[in-house]
Amino acid sequence: MKRLDKLAMLVAAGVLAFIAPTGSAAPPAPAAPKMPLFRFENFTTANGLPNDHVYAVLVDGDRIWAGTDDGLAVYENHSWKTYTTADGLAHRAVISLALDKRTGDVWAGTMGGLSRISGGRIDSYTQLNSGLSNNVVYGVSVEGENVWIATAAGACRLNLHTNQWSLYNERNTPMFEIWSYSVSATPTKVYYGIWGSGVLEYDQKTGKWDKYDDPDGETEMVLFKDQGLIHEIVTSVSYMEKDKVLWAATYFGDSHYDGRYWHNFLTKDSGLPSNFTNIVRGVDGKRAWFGTDKGLAYYDGVNWAVYRPSMKDGKPEMTVRDAAGTVTPVTVTTAPAHNYILYIDFQGDDIWVATAKGLSHGVRQK
Amino acid sequence: MSQRLQTAVGIGLAALAVALLTLLFWLAFNHPARADEREMQDYASPLEVVLSLDGSRIYALCQQSEQVRVLGATNYAVIRNIAVGRVPRGLSLSADGARLFVTNSGDDTLSVIDARTLTVTATWPVSAEPSSVIEDRAGKHLFVANRISNDVAVLDAQTGVEEKRLVAGRGASYMTPSPDGSRLYVTHVYPNPLRVRSDRDNRTAPESEITVIDTARAVVVDRIPLHGIAGVFHVALSDDGRLGVAAEYHPKNMIPLAHLEHGGAFAYTLELFGADVDKPVEIPLDELERYASRPFGVAIAPDKSRIYVTIGGSEMVTVIDVARLLRFIHARPQAQPASFAQDLSASANYVVARISVGHDPRGLTLSRDGRKLFVANRLEDTLSVIDTHTNRVAATIKLDGPKEISPLRHGEQTFYTSRYSFQGQIGCASCHIDSTFDGLTWNLEPDGFGRNTVANKLLEGIRGTEPYKWTGTNPNIPTECGPRTEKYFWRAENYDDRTLTDLAMYIRSLEPRPNRWRLANGELTPAQERGKAIFERTVDKFKKPIPEYNRCSYCHSGPKGTNQKTSDVGTRRPNDNASLLKSAPLTNVALTAPYLHDGSAHAMEEIWTVYNPDDKHGRTNDLTKDELNDLVEYLRTR
Repeated sequence: MKRLDKLAMLVAAGVLAFIAPTGSAAPPAPAAPKMPLFRFENFTTANGLPNDHVYAVLVDGDRIWAGTDDGLAVYENHSWKTYTTADGLAHRAVISLALDKRTGDVWAGTMGGLSRISGGRIDSYTQLNSGLSNNVVYGVSVEGENVWIATAAGACRLNLHTNQWSLYNERNTPMFEIWSYSVSATPTKVYYGIWGSGVLEYDQKTGKWDKYDDPDGETEMVLFKDQGLIHEIVTSVSYMEKDKVLWAATYFGDSHYDGRYWHNFLTKDSGLPSNFTNIVRGVDGKRAWFGTDKGLAYYDGVNWAVYRPSMKDGKPEMTVRDAAGTVTPVTVTTAPAHNYILYIDFQGDDIWVATAKGLSHGVRQK
Repeated sequence: MSQRLQTAVGIGLAALAVALLTLLFWLAFNHPARADEREMQDYASPLEVVLSLDGSRIYALCQQSEQVRVLGATNYAVIRNIAVGRVPRGLSLSADGARLFVTNSGDDTLSVIDARTLTVTATWPVSAEPSSVIEDRAGKHLFVANRISNDVAVLDAQTGVEEKRLVAGRGASYMTPSPDGSRLYVTHVYPNPLRVRSDRDNRTAPESEITVIDTARAVVVDRIPLHGIAGVFHVALSDDGRLGVAAEYHPKNMIPLAHLEHGGAFAYTLELFGADVDKPVEIPLDELERYASRPFGVAIAPDKSRIYVTIGGSEMVTVIDVARLLRFIHARPQAQPASFAQDLSASANYVVARISVGHDPRGLTLSRDGRKLFVANRLEDTLSVIDTHTNRVAATIKLDGPKEISPLRHGEQTFYTSRYSFQGQIGCASCHIDSTFDGLTWNLEPDGFGRNTVANKLLEGIRGTEPYKWTGTNPNIPTECGPRTEKYFWRAENYDDRTLTDLAMYIRSLEPRPNRWRLANGELTPAQERGKAIFERTVDKFKKPIPEYNRCSYCHSGPKGTNQKTSDVGTRRPNDNASLLKSAPLTNVALTAPYLHDGSAHAMEEIWTVYNPDDKHGRTNDLTKDELNDLVEYLRTR
């Protein structure tokens, strides 16, 4: 019997030797798709940031603005300067930022009003001293002479030429809830992400509002995945005007809408690290970045990459998921300051990320 | 009809025909422009003056005749009168000298004049009350400072199409480029809105700025803060770019406006900035016994040896020795913000001459070699030509216009001079800038120190809104401006009867500026319509009748928005002597922040969101935020 066993083993070994390529011990891993590599430089109170809770970040040429829990910080010439309520800032907590590219003015949404920073001067608008609908300004976006604002009590628009405020709420739009979380304004369309009321669309030409809801209602069930918006609790919108594509983030997955078809992303069938998404920033109609509670994610239209401190040991981690769902780790030595990502902006090929424990600058590696 | 009669009739008809032909001929060849009509009817009121690049021509911007008058710079002969738009305020020459630009503050247009043909080649619509204009060196952009919209519009220099507006100070009005053209410095005549709220909001020192614009990128890159300043006028830079100078008012409105002899109402100062002084520093123009009331125009000699400042209310030009000035400053380093404003002995260190000129001197310009200084005397229709070597008026150029001083003109001269007040410290125009207001609150001494702080109010359109004063205790303008003013403000010379009558006539003549929020067709926007309905409503949103006395349209009735009565709207402050307040007119109310009698409300919204908790200032607490916004939109049309 022993001799028979030995013979069988020899035969098997010969068969294997015939099948296997010479010199290989195992099948090779499929090559991971090439995704952007970054070296992350992190800013905290240890190196000049006024507070580690960073709610918003804005790239303004060589300047970086960071909305923190303790003022608006600006990084210029390798040092931080912080604007506070003593300088006229509406509130210490700055939770949204936008740049007027024509004038260079920065608009800061805070927990106590809206501030404009122009040439170092701060003018603040509140619900008491202006037509602003509410002091909690979750989102702000500048388009031409209009500043579009998302507040805890509806949307509004400030016309900078006439100084007229126009308020949009349940009385004049199809807004079921008025808790407006995000706004993305372009010359043709303005989109609002409403917490609990889907996505609102304003047509600049006709002046009419339209609405996109989760076809499944407010439940967290997804009966038909690509039937419409993934969920009613929309946290962020990003409209790519050139490609006419809307990206929408919710606490229960994310959506892509090309004007005709919806495509949704969930952790179970995409590379999204978490369905709980705070922000989406489109690059174009195919590519987008997602800030979740479990890391920063990039989607190139086919593949996904996730950047974060490891959920297990906090060590820098990057993974790439290809179209077949194969996840491949990539060796990295740096990661965003924290997994909880709140805001994203781009500086050329670099990326800036606001997190719950610091601001991160992703320096693109060639 | 007899033969003789027929002959006489024939001769008469022939004479008539000749006369008609002569008239037609004259009209055809000698009356080409409406400017000449105005010339006969209106005073010129020269406001600004510039020289052509070759120095051969004087361009004088005449506000009242609405012309640019072109004169020879050596013989002072009239070359051409060019009609421009309504109430022109700003004048500049392009860098190559080929075009003249005029901002017309009365009709919101910009006149473009070909400097060779001396004709208007374009009239472009611009923003609200354009007050000055500068073209960049590249000829790419025009920058227009707008007094009402508080911004600087950036226009395509060839088409006049507006590309964007940059936020400037409140009442943005005057500009100057740096010598290399890379920067533009912008001043403003009203203090900026309060930035940081406090519980003493109506008693906070004013803040102003010099806005610095990068002309290549057309963005604001800096704002030079001017602490305690309200009212900044011309600004100039030295040819080496190292010294900037702006004329400004430093009001003493944080303390009771006591007797002028006990502290004064204003310090009239210059703000210096640039490399020569390192950090901005404020220096006074006043001296111990004689104030420099209402500095306006600034020019710096090409060799930077002298600074020349027109002093409107004092009717003079102040000459400053720059070397002595810089020695004075550098010998006395100060903590920031640096200011010598309260030191009445300071000016003796650097003011070397005070040259009397005409009524209300405004714009000024130096010849290229710095030998001659031309000064526009607005209320005298003259240009003073000053020899800068002798600091004497070498010539006075009389501009065509009425020879007589009309009562209205006399009233205006009285309004703008400071000669009636103690030591020439103040005049009506010190607080009513360009016959408007100053955006400040004052504590006037007659009611007692610390009592009755009041916000300065707009003068235009006040005819027919008596009684005056915040409590409505002055029945007419002569009472408001006569003995009360003489006794409590001027502390010096009284007006004679004719002067007081003429002054009152001038104030009554001030018509409201065009309202910029009304549509051109006279209709209201939907938001304004909704606001009007709220303004006129008689029942609240709960269908409860609003008592007549608590309706907006009751107290603010009539074309000027006042029923001319007093009422208690619940805004009395602990330091106020009265609760009954005169209902304020609504004329151009959008321009006149701060609001309420004491300037407590910094925006119209605050009248209701902060200062009307008990609905005593009209029934408003039932309104939603949208509805309040609509009400504001309607009030802006008043």
